[in-house]
Amino acid sequence: MINYSIEKEYEGMVDAYQKAGGDRNALLGKETARLVIHENRVLDSSGVDGLKIETKETGTGVEVYLVVEEGVRISYPVHLCFGILSKEGLQEIVMKVNAKDNSEVNVIAHCVFPNAAKAIHKMEADIEIGNNARFDYRETHYHGDYGGIEVIPKARVKVGKGGVYQSSMTISQGFVGKLDYDFEVFCQEDGVAELVVKAYGKGHDDIKVWEKIHLDGAGARGLAKSRLVLSDRAKAEVRGETYGNAPDARGHVDCIELVNGTEAVAKAIPIVSVSNDKAKVTHEAAIGSIDKKQVETLMARGLDESEAVDVIVKGILR
Amino acid sequence: MLEVRNLYLSLNGKPIINDLNLHVSRGEIHGVLGKNGTGKTTLAYLVMGVNNYIPSAGRMIFEGEDITGLSVSQRAKKGISLAWQEPARIEGLSVRDYLMLSGNSHGVKEVEDYLSVVGLEPATYLDRYIDDTLSGGERKRIEMASIMAMEPKLAILDEPDSGIDIVSLPFILNCIAKMNERGSSVLLITHSEKVVETAHRVSVLCAGRILRTGEPGEMSLWFKENCQPCAHVNEPEKEGDTPQ
Repeated sequence: MINYSIEKEYEGMVDAYQKAGGDRNALLGKETARLVIHENRVLDSSGVDGLKIETKETGTGVEVYLVVEEGVRISYPVHLCFGILSKEGLQEIVMKVNAKDNSEVNVIAHCVFPNAAKAIHKMEADIEIGNNARFDYRETHYHGDYGGIEVIPKARVKVGKGGVYQSSMTISQGFVGKLDYDFEVFCQEDGVAELVVKAYGKGHDDIKVWEKIHLDGAGARGLAKSRLVLSDRAKAEVRGETYGNAPDARGHVDCIELVNGTEAVAKAIPIVSVSNDKAKVTHEAAIGSIDKKQVETLMARGLDESEAVDVIVKGILR
Repeated sequence: MLEVRNLYLSLNGKPIINDLNLHVSRGEIHGVLGKNGTGKTTLAYLVMGVNNYIPSAGRMIFEGEDITGLSVSQRAKKGISLAWQEPARIEGLSVRDYLMLSGNSHGVKEVEDYLSVVGLEPATYLDRYIDDTLSGGERKRIEMASIMAMEPKLAILDEPDSGIDIVSLPFILNCIAKMNERGSSVLLITHSEKVVETAHRVSVLCAGRILRTGEPGEMSLWFKENCQPCAHVNEPEKEGDTPQ
């Protein structure tokens, strides 16, 4: 394993963060809460008024406690950067989030594994969204071209009355490697949950997505959405589950998987369940090839076929 | 500019294009008038090279070069483009990006101008996606704007007025005129008398064959008197029909 000095580690992480689409300056501003973790080392951590970040390094990762105080609206997005710069390594993040009642925060996370040939990134999250609180979490991954990363994010989320939890995860750069995504959300009265996963599988990538939303309170709403594009020998299985357990609960499972080529394999398993006669849950799942008319529309503008497919894939994963 | 010679195409054993001959001159708006199912869209697809339509016989010559065997991209790079009757929806592709990629080196200012020509407010539309959130008419107008942005030598417009409301139709007609002013020849496929008035010459299509060519008023009248009462049409073609 390569040994980095703290400065080099930080510089390496920030470089990778920028390649993943992150804003380098956002990690320097005083008004911005941030957290940079390389393997099991916390390289930078800073909260702001009303938002506290506490960390504890463990042998294989870091425990993170993120608390947003009651009634506080955090003006600037919180920036998180997790990753492994070495070819091999293990990073286990245990995250506990408590967004207290009436709080509001946006979190932009970048997970970077630019050189991973045999690396594992695990995240176990326990997230609590208070009554009328809003928590928006956008995670973008930057994986290298070795395909040797295993990403295992798992989260259990409780959304209080009138609370909003929105989460998106995008892996469109480099190889996905192995992804085992498992998020489960429980919504109380008028709570809202939105889970979105977007990934571009190539080579031998192996993608498993499991999105579960329980609409337990009256008027709760949920969307489990996934957009996957698969090329080469990549394979994916998406399970989108939504349970309407209360009056006026509304849920939707929306899965689109596009297969480009003859060897990739896509599978979708939508499960919708209703246990209250005033709840309604719908689903749509489509698996197919990239639409020929879309490709030809772009080709008729002068793009080559591969360029046209690229534009379509980027659009789906946007 | 475009010479279609003795073109034939059959779909599922039925002749759709049947010894079709057509000449479009440089700088001309050439209307093709025909009832539903006479092969108008098939002709558009054949010239653009889409939908796996490959003629069983005949040739298409563009600016002196045989383009019959060229791919869609190759034809587009030579200056041919197509505005589809029902344009594709593409998730996550913004109107701005669609017009920019159509226009290659155009800047945002030009892109805004093209939207204005088709009567769409740039501030409202540039950041929208060309997906299902647009109405049929909006998508259609964006398709026309994208053809303008491309400034093709030959624009094939397949039923540019379909799905367009009466209030918006003048924008489409103005767009065709502007396209032509800026140097594009136009192959204008329609069954609308109003739209065909913008053409310099019109050919009447029936059962996959051009019956006659002349000035728009004369051809409209001939079409009304002879084609409209006549039941002689091909089976309507569907996308994905297998060419034979």
